[in-house]
Amino acid sequence: MSWNSWTEFFHMGGYAFYVWGSYAVTAVLIAGEILLLRTHRRKALELVRRTVKYGKVGNNEETA
Amino acid sequence: MMNGFNWYKYASPATFYTLAGRLIPWFYGAAAVLCAAGLYIAFFLAPTDFQQSEAYRIIFIHVPAAWMSMFIYIVMAAWAAIGLAFNTRLSFMMASALAPTGAMLTFVSLWTGALWGKPTWGAWWVWDARLTSELILFFLYLGFMALQAAIDDPRRADRAGALIALVGVVNVPIIYFSVKWWNTLHQGASISMTKAPSMAAIMLEGMLVMALAAWMYAIAAALSRVRSIILERERNSQWVAQMMEAEA
Amino acid sequence: MLQIVNVVLRRELILAMRRRGDVLTVLFFFVIVASLFPLGVGPDPKLLRLMGGGVVWVSALLAAMLSLGRLFASDYADGTLEQLILTPTPPVVWITGKILAHWLVSGVPLILVAPILGVQFGLSGEALLVLVVSLLLGTPVLSLIGAIGAALTLGLRGGGVLVSLLVLPLYIPVLIFGAGAVDGAMSGLGAEAHLSLLGSILILAFILTPWAVSAALRISIE
Repeated sequence: MSWNSWTEFFHMGGYAFYVWGSYAVTAVLIAGEILLLRTHRRKALELVRRTVKYGKVGNNEETA
Repeated sequence: MMNGFNWYKYASPATFYTLAGRLIPWFYGAAAVLCAAGLYIAFFLAPTDFQQSEAYRIIFIHVPAAWMSMFIYIVMAAWAAIGLAFNTRLSFMMASALAPTGAMLTFVSLWTGALWGKPTWGAWWVWDARLTSELILFFLYLGFMALQAAIDDPRRADRAGALIALVGVVNVPIIYFSVKWWNTLHQGASISMTKAPSMAAIMLEGMLVMALAAWMYAIAAALSRVRSIILERERNSQWVAQMMEAEA
Repeated sequence: MLQIVNVVLRRELILAMRRRGDVLTVLFFFVIVASLFPLGVGPDPKLLRLMGGGVVWVSALLAAMLSLGRLFASDYADGTLEQLILTPTPPVVWITGKILAHWLVSGVPLILVAPILGVQFGLSGEALLVLVVSLLLGTPVLSLIGAIGAALTLGLRGGGVLVSLLVLPLYIPVLIFGAGAVDGAMSGLGAEAHLSLLGSILILAFILTPWAVSAALRISIE
């Protein structure tokens, strides 16, 4: 299956909107989730730093 | 130890945290490689479909996402069951770490399903049995996450979430059967998804590769989320403090 | 065993009769929601006849869910729930009693009123009968599955909305077979298949859900 030119490739036989619409939204969602994971990690580390600095460091791990 | 390998070693959040940390890059790498291969198959190897010309290429995202959303829900329920049975906190954390990725993939499958439905059936949303069950699966994910968010005490949140996940997984086949029954009764003019374009080998291959890529991605995402959850939950324990000093 | 269920049942019914208002609010909610649809969709009798079964069923489902909150809330607040859990008898027994009481208070009135609404939608004799039978088989399942949601969200802020998010997806098979039964009866296809499936869901739910509810209560109480 060879596309004659890039423009034909992006034209996708007239269905460009549908095909690229779904692929683009999926890419955006996955990138969004990776971003979300990164901020979640940063917030967790900050919370740990604050707890280590101020909170009591003991063996009770289930404090709400 | 009689079997030489102590599985419980990895049940402790501390050891699992470092293990997960080492594994995540590999899973992200595998996901990227597989995704590239899958896309190459999808766009350059797979022939033009005589019926739907190019629109069918959406299948290479829609079907793997649908498979994965169902698979992740089952894995989530499995972790929930293990957590309730062995009382291991980490299993509950894995279940809550998987839910957002599962919900996202369910939404992807619904979105791509709609965009694929428009050119093929002429309607954005078709009450096809599988699309409808996918929508209900999305509600099950939302219910799980909403319940866990509403409960402050992590211990109760884990167990309540685990129970609703198990109740959900028992209901998924019943829901699918009843929706399929309902769909065949009110069979509209739309051709159902079962008569998908003739499954040339290359198409199936492309979908399998994309499904594997989605699987690797889901593992990587869940592992990195579970690490953040471990940090939040274990922030008061000794090993986290030591790790912080080691890092600082 | 039966004797305990009996005792709990009687207690619940006495309590429910003391605040009879709740029973009526569920009933009025059911009637109001059902009569909203014609106002929204238009008075065309042919259309309403087609929609009748579905609308009555959806309204019954929402009405049953409305009263789930009360199932455990008052006992949870004044501590009787903890005492009940501590009793030697397995919790499944008195939970079944409570769910049965909830069904009698919130399910049965719906069944009694449903034919009147059915007539309002122009359902014929046979369809009305099937509607009542399907509700008779379906509403207990709504109480059984709803009890799981109620037990899980005990004492949570925003519990009401949360229960609906948890429980509605699980109600969908009951809705499909219930409304399908009425639709089957009207279109002459016959509703036996739907009613038998509804019956099997009822048996399945009756056996399994009390265990899930007792597990949920134990989780929420600790």
